[in-house]
Amino acid sequence: MSIVGSSIQDPASSIKHLGFSMQDYLWLIPFFPLVGFVINGLLGRKLGEKAVGVIGSGVVLASFVAAVLAFLDLLNLPSESRLFVQTLYRWIATGNFAVDVGFRLDALSMTMVLVVTGVGFLIHVYSIGYMHGDRGFARFFSFLNLFTFAMLLLVMGSNFLLMFVGWEGVGLCSYLLIGYYYDRIFDETTGLTCAGAGTKAFIVNRVGDFGFLLGIFLIFATFGSLDFETVFKTAQSSTVSTEIFTAIALLLFVGATGKSAQLPLYVWLPDAMAGPTPVSALIHAATMVTAGVYMVARCSVLYLQAPIAMEVVAVVGVATAVFAATMALTSTDIKKVLAYSTISQLGYMFLACGVGAFAAGIFHLVTHAFFKALLFLGAGSVMHALSGETQLPKMGGLKKYTPTTFWTFLVGGLAIAGVPGLSGFFSKDEILWKTLSSAHGSTALYFVALAAAGLTAFYIFRMVYLAFYGAPRMNAAVMHHLHESPRVMTVPLMILAVLSIIGGYIGVPHFSQIEHFLDPVFERFVPAGHLAAEASQESFGLELSLMALSVAVALAGIYFAYQMYVVKVGAADKLATRLPGLYKLLVRKYYVDEIYEALFVRPLNWLSENFFWKIFDVKLIDGTVNGAATVFGGIASVLRRWQTGIVQNYAVTLVVGLIIILGYLLVR
Amino acid sequence: MPLGYYLVLSAILFGIGVAGVLLRRNAIVIFMSIELMLNAVNLTFVAFAAHLKNLEGQIFVFFVMVVAAAEVAVGLALIVAIFRLKETVFVDEINLMKW
Repeated sequence: MSIVGSSIQDPASSIKHLGFSMQDYLWLIPFFPLVGFVINGLLGRKLGEKAVGVIGSGVVLASFVAAVLAFLDLLNLPSESRLFVQTLYRWIATGNFAVDVGFRLDALSMTMVLVVTGVGFLIHVYSIGYMHGDRGFARFFSFLNLFTFAMLLLVMGSNFLLMFVGWEGVGLCSYLLIGYYYDRIFDETTGLTCAGAGTKAFIVNRVGDFGFLLGIFLIFATFGSLDFETVFKTAQSSTVSTEIFTAIALLLFVGATGKSAQLPLYVWLPDAMAGPTPVSALIHAATMVTAGVYMVARCSVLYLQAPIAMEVVAVVGVATAVFAATMALTSTDIKKVLAYSTISQLGYMFLACGVGAFAAGIFHLVTHAFFKALLFLGAGSVMHALSGETQLPKMGGLKKYTPTTFWTFLVGGLAIAGVPGLSGFFSKDEILWKTLSSAHGSTALYFVALAAAGLTAFYIFRMVYLAFYGAPRMNAAVMHHLHESPRVMTVPLMILAVLSIIGGYIGVPHFSQIEHFLDPVFERFVPAGHLAAEASQESFGLELSLMALSVAVALAGIYFAYQMYVVKVGAADKLATRLPGLYKLLVRKYYVDEIYEALFVRPLNWLSENFFWKIFDVKLIDGTVNGAATVFGGIASVLRRWQTGIVQNYAVTLVVGLIIILGYLLVR
Repeated sequence: MPLGYYLVLSAILFGIGVAGVLLRRNAIVIFMSIELMLNAVNLTFVAFAAHLKNLEGQIFVFFVMVVAAAEVAVGLALIVAIFRLKETVFVDEINLMKW
């Protein structure tokens, strides 16, 4: 545990016996998807669907294999020296500002890389079936590969600037893929187009990224470097004031709220469902949206120096968890329920980070990637079966028609609800326990988080019952086409279902593997004990009884969903008519979109049109440019008379000039 | 004869040449004026060469004469071409190169 102060030995020495060391080839991991992007992007239309699919998935598989090799190398090292750094070249060097292009692989980024490439590969394979016959097939795969590249850059970058490049890269791919069906309307009621949804995601993320960028500036101003190793080492030993740390941590967290869809910048994620379902699974559930959690965990050293910022992170996280969960209760769109669920689960991860349990947050990130990707892909399979239908009221009874989808979806549902034995149970319970037991946590946070857990179990099983149980509610044409998805889609579902079950056993409390794997990252610069306090033996009983409590809450949520949607069909509608105000508030999503529209969008549009365009741009900028042209034109119209076209006039000028110069020289 | 006489003559010739170039309209006359200026310079060269007992000035004169001959060839060709186009050799009527 006490590795502070000890220098890190040369990691290469202990794995020389392998002959081939992955740490010199770290760049291969992000390089493969980049190759896929270039091939599919340039030649995709000529290659045909099969080749594009194989190349698109193959490059991600290659990355995954490279990542596993690196992982094995990493495991061969003693836990406190598990760190590979590979610097490729110096990217920027001006004065005292120097940034390298380099990759950093420690337990934290290793975990992320394995999730991104592993889950990413399954989703790529699934997409071959899901996107079959789409005219933008090659475009889709090239964007997906580009995304994987950017995401790997984000998690592997060895400094803040490279991380930011990846951060913006995934944002770009998110925009491109949300607007993939650029010619379609996404939301009939509001008239939002798919392209509009992409723009919304991009603009909301700009707000967060602005904060992130300011945070990076402040880090450079404070520490004089952007390299993780240097910054964190300096942060631990320097005498920088708490206020500066708080400012840095909060600014970075603003970036995280944008990318990871937390209050108040979560509004883009539900509309991001305009993209194809594999995109929702990969980008808007498993990987990109967790970038904020990764960033906070990566900067744990900075956060631990700023208790106020930690508190903000925890409160925002838990508030988002419960707030988003309530909106999922009434949403009728299968993908939007999952989107709100994602926001809610991300809130959980931030809660974990906020109470200092960074490893628990990352653990939940991993299990969430499994079961939420599973749920999204399951939802995609349902849509595939129902000719693209996403509305829960038009589903029902699918259990019989799509058995594989049903069983795998059920596993995902049980996992996210926190039923014992599945992955979600272990990670969620770890967070709940740390919320209560950690020095940064509190009882209030615990009970709000517990309430969110109950809501989660309820809305997930509401969705399961509405989609798969009861009588079919689709029309005859859809019913006629009803079919189980092809193997290329169901096999990834089954693999993810298995992972959703066993994924939790990498982090069983007290036998925990993942936390022992991750902790050295967080304790590298921080004395042990500053993190969430280790549970003492006396509290083991308390931990068990709290575990029982959270299981009871989860089962209660499932039970109520069963009662409302299976036993007494129509009970939900009755409840809605009895509480019309509350129901309307939830259906309209707390009017947040409307409030933002009135507070920010419309005033900004008005200001842009009436000031920035009509006055600032037209009058000031165009006026300056045109004015300069007019002035010079006026002067020229007088001066050009000089140019008569008669050579003798020029010769006279020449001679007169010569005489003047000669005369001057003589007189002088 | 003293050097000064040659220089004065040369200056007078040069002045006549300049005046011709600046004042005459006929391109051929302007050409002749230019020749006058060149030869004024040649006279100076020769005068100085004799005065300084130095051959270089005399050799330079040959260069100037060669250049002048070439120039006449090119210049007259230009004037012929312009005359074919505009049917005039008066330079004040050839003023297309203006605003």
